[in-house]
Amino acid sequence: MTLAELLSACDELRATALQEVAGAGSIDAWTDLRTALVGRKGGRVTHLMAALPGLPAEERRSAGAAINALKQAVEAALDAREAELRAAAGGGPALDLTMPGRTAWRGSRHPVTLVIDEITEIFRELGFTVALGPEAETEWYNFGALNFPADHPAMDMHDTLYLGPGTVLRTHTSPVQVRTMQRWNPPIRVLAPGNVYRRDFFDATHAPAFAQIEGLAIDEGISFADLKATLTHFAKRFYGATTRTRFGPSFFPFTEPSAQMDVEIDLGDGRGLRWVEIMGTGLVHPAVIEAAGLDSQRYSGWAFGMGPARIAMSRYGIPDIRLLYDSDVRFLEQFA
Amino acid sequence: MLYSHDWLRTLVPHDRSASELAALIGRHVATIDDIRALRADLAPIVIARVIEAGRHPNSDHLWVTKVDDGSGALLDVVCGAPNVVAGTLYPFARVGTVMPTGNKGGILIERRKIRGEWSNGMLCSAKELGLGEDHDGIMPLELDVPTGTPLLAALPIGDTCLEVDVLPNRPDLFSHLGMAREVAALTRTRMRPLAEAVASEVGGANAALPTVVRDRDAASAAGVQVRLEDRAGCPRYMAAIIRGVTVGPSPEWLVQRLAAVGARSISNVVDVTNYMLQGAGQPMHAFDLARLAQATLVIRSAKDGERLLTLDGGERTLGAGMTVIADAERAVAIAGVIGGRNSEVTEGTTDVVLEVAAFDARTTRRTRRALGIQTDAAHRFERGVDAAGTAAALAAAAQLLVAVAGGRVEGIVDVGEVPAPPASVPLGMPRLSRLLGDAVSAEEVAELLRGIGFSATRDGDRLVVEPPTWRRDILRDADLVEEVARLRGYDRLPDTLNASRPGAVPEHPYAAVTRRLQTALVAAGLQEVRPMPFVRGDDATHVRVANPLAEDEPHLRQFVAESLARRAEYNLTRMEGNVRLFEVGSVFRKSNDRLPVESMHAGVLLMGLRRPPHFTEPEPPAFDAWDARALAERIVPLAHAGTMQAVPGEGGADLWRIQVNGAEVARVFRVEIDRPVWAHEAFGIELWVGVMESADVAPPATHAATSTESIAQVAYPKYRPLPTQPAAEFDLALLLPPGMAAQRVEEVIRGAAGALLESIRVFDEYRGTGLPDGHRSVAWRLTFRDSTRTLRDKEVEGRRAKIVQTLEKELGIRPRGS
Repeated sequence: MTLAELLSACDELRATALQEVAGAGSIDAWTDLRTALVGRKGGRVTHLMAALPGLPAEERRSAGAAINALKQAVEAALDAREAELRAAAGGGPALDLTMPGRTAWRGSRHPVTLVIDEITEIFRELGFTVALGPEAETEWYNFGALNFPADHPAMDMHDTLYLGPGTVLRTHTSPVQVRTMQRWNPPIRVLAPGNVYRRDFFDATHAPAFAQIEGLAIDEGISFADLKATLTHFAKRFYGATTRTRFGPSFFPFTEPSAQMDVEIDLGDGRGLRWVEIMGTGLVHPAVIEAAGLDSQRYSGWAFGMGPARIAMSRYGIPDIRLLYDSDVRFLEQFA
Repeated sequence: MLYSHDWLRTLVPHDRSASELAALIGRHVATIDDIRALRADLAPIVIARVIEAGRHPNSDHLWVTKVDDGSGALLDVVCGAPNVVAGTLYPFARVGTVMPTGNKGGILIERRKIRGEWSNGMLCSAKELGLGEDHDGIMPLELDVPTGTPLLAALPIGDTCLEVDVLPNRPDLFSHLGMAREVAALTRTRMRPLAEAVASEVGGANAALPTVVRDRDAASAAGVQVRLEDRAGCPRYMAAIIRGVTVGPSPEWLVQRLAAVGARSISNVVDVTNYMLQGAGQPMHAFDLARLAQATLVIRSAKDGERLLTLDGGERTLGAGMTVIADAERAVAIAGVIGGRNSEVTEGTTDVVLEVAAFDARTTRRTRRALGIQTDAAHRFERGVDAAGTAAALAAAAQLLVAVAGGRVEGIVDVGEVPAPPASVPLGMPRLSRLLGDAVSAEEVAELLRGIGFSATRDGDRLVVEPPTWRRDILRDADLVEEVARLRGYDRLPDTLNASRPGAVPEHPYAAVTRRLQTALVAAGLQEVRPMPFVRGDDATHVRVANPLAEDEPHLRQFVAESLARRAEYNLTRMEGNVRLFEVGSVFRKSNDRLPVESMHAGVLLMGLRRPPHFTEPEPPAFDAWDARALAERIVPLAHAGTMQAVPGEGGADLWRIQVNGAEVARVFRVEIDRPVWAHEAFGIELWVGVMESADVAPPATHAATSTESIAQVAYPKYRPLPTQPAAEFDLALLLPPGMAAQRVEEVIRGAAGALLESIRVFDEYRGTGLPDGHRSVAWRLTFRDSTRTLRDKEVEGRRAKIVQTLEKELGIRPRGS
């Protein structure tokens, strides 16, 4: 066979083969046809290959390419016809479509992280960035710079874990306020999420280590009205646009005036809407601004601190704080 | 602190309900923790009218009545009271009522027959309701209310207790007097002076008091000498000498007052001291004068080792730095904390010395802590008692004591010093308005402050404010800003969201890294955990907590892996073997500096099946070292930019050390955990993110001009043109002798392959039959490509030959099967 003869045989076979494939009326007929066309032994397409060695070497390449193209076209037609036949036969016996799909492991963020992320997102819209500070702190950053008088009973509020003389595991995220004000000039708008430590026994409602998130805004002319406006905006974004807030008196050594913000929310415990305290806040005490090396006459600001674990517990209905630490995979997967 | 609503009303007469009062306090003073109606047990009792009353057919002292309890039908009720009158209202307990506190407390009222007549409920006497001792008959009510009205709604019965979370900066609120002062200011009502309020309680005029004998160091009156030696521990000490008292039970009103705030009545003399503690915030103590040697009281430092049996029954050993009250021979009380048994007032006491002192806050705190005692007195002294208020408190107490226990006040002494009043504080009006974000007039501010006992004088655009003696927390203008804000009410301040300048502080770089790691690891199917960093470590390697909560976990972790291993074990004990955990958190290393070195790490633990089982694959393979390595190589670049390399570890648990630009930043390892036989092996990754900056001491202020430093740079991918030419591939299966590392082979292949090698990838490893001992066959797929033209077969063949030749020459290895 010459090259020309071979090429015309290819064209001829392509035309008849495609016609035959289109005419295969059943899977059985299709199977027979497949063997007849592209079967390894005696297939009509395969058979053309046998002609290759008889050709001059320089023609073999283009002949081989032509046969290959033919083979691919025929196989594609066979596959398409098979799909049509199987579809017509109702998917065939292979797939029971009531069986479940194949899954992959689903990862999850910790519920406390979910709350921190949500809070952070809202404050980012208001120009806040995230600041971090060490958990092992000096007493100066944890107490002194925050206007805790030495040996004052206010420190009873913070039963502290000590690492050594003058060093503690921070009892709140507020040291980050001081570190931030020392390092950067106003305008300052930061959020400081992180772990804090208290010498509390570990039970259903207390843990010796837990997350806190701190907010700090320092600039010229910042007022209590700004505090109220920003935190009220936050509450409405976080709990819903109709959420009401109220502010009442409180005390922290590092804020003056100090306040607490209550929100009117439904905790899903069947008791309906009620006022719940969600954060401590206030104007940053001028002594704190001064301790960080800024001019308290020129700059003022506000700060707040809240507990994402408590919020996570009420939001997700988690009854026992220990679940947040146990790391039981059956608990964690509920937040995937 | 517990406050009685009735008690507050004796100090500030007003007609607000307890819940209205609580709302007012909560908005302006302190948080209300609870409101408890002390006679809430009366809630089921309703008011009913007797419509008819007739003699009981089978009794000469019982009545059969028809009662309208507001429910619509008339009820037959049998009643034994002689004073039942048709047409009158009485308290009524319906069938089903559990009787309140009283002489029938707890009894369930049922429908029953009394001498053959049905009775459907009970008309009640005062005694049956715990409202008095009158049991002569049922309690007629002269009221104009519909029947069925709850008794509590119609009559002001029973006190209400308010539980308030008093803030640590407000020791002046630890008394009814202090809270009454706030209530008076908030309601613009006059507060009665203490003596007047006490007189109204006892229902009589106050006894006249002798002149006070005052001296800096020592004073005597009525045969009793008081000497003040420890001036630091006790700035001021007053005492009243009262002779001829009769110790006995307290009158009912006093018992009720104390009961309302949760205190038990002990005796009239002791109850007076407790009344003044709760009422005026002034702790007091009564000594039995007859038991004081030489009728002397000395306030001095305790002797080291001195012992005292205290009122709570404890034998206390005192030490230097504590202050005691002593008689001529021995200690009789620990100053500000607790009295001694040796001078206690008992039933036989007739002569009393009443102590009203201002003990030093820090000394009291130190002493109380050293002795491990907590008392109401110490609680107040620690927070600060108004030393200028002792005289008024003593006068009121002495008069009250005489009123309830008899006797005469024969002398009063006052030693020590009246402390100077707090310094005046200027308050600039423009600054006040600026800080509040609201314009407040000087007149309004002055009026608010005067309401709670401050004086305020106008001086240009500022007020000069003098705080009262009981407000030593007012030190600077910010403290006054708070007073103004809370007294006006925070709710009155505007809350319009104004535009603000964006913050100039860049995002902390580790915060950005943390988010990237969390996202990647969650996407890889891992679960984030937030365990505590406490572990059982080794003092040689781990930072120890000085006062740990749990002695079995006294250290801080060095690696996140330590926490994750324990968490994996926790899951294994719950039969959960598929554990894929991660955490980004702090770890601690010992240091020669004061603070440990704190770093942020990411830790990963992989254990169990690589995929959830599916019917097409009932037993998926378990995670192995290769999964851990790949995940490590996935996350390391999220924290560290540069050239990454995985260096094999030292064997055993140590699998790989991952380096970036030659520096080790992560390790991949086998995790050693307590593992049941059914569990799979656990693999870990520990990634170092960076050291937490933690200057030990306050650095000097380093405020540069506002920084433009940007957020930690993300390494942006750089686009490479997509190939337009076909690739040529071939496979190379090589027989590797023992000890020959694949990486070494790859290096030689790369060297010999030339610039057209696009990629090289191991795709198979085989050990076993057909291979020489210890040898393995490793197969690579090599892809070549020229970006400008199609490669010719010959070129590729030539490459292959050269690679094979070089491998043989340099490493002595050959393709498998050749």
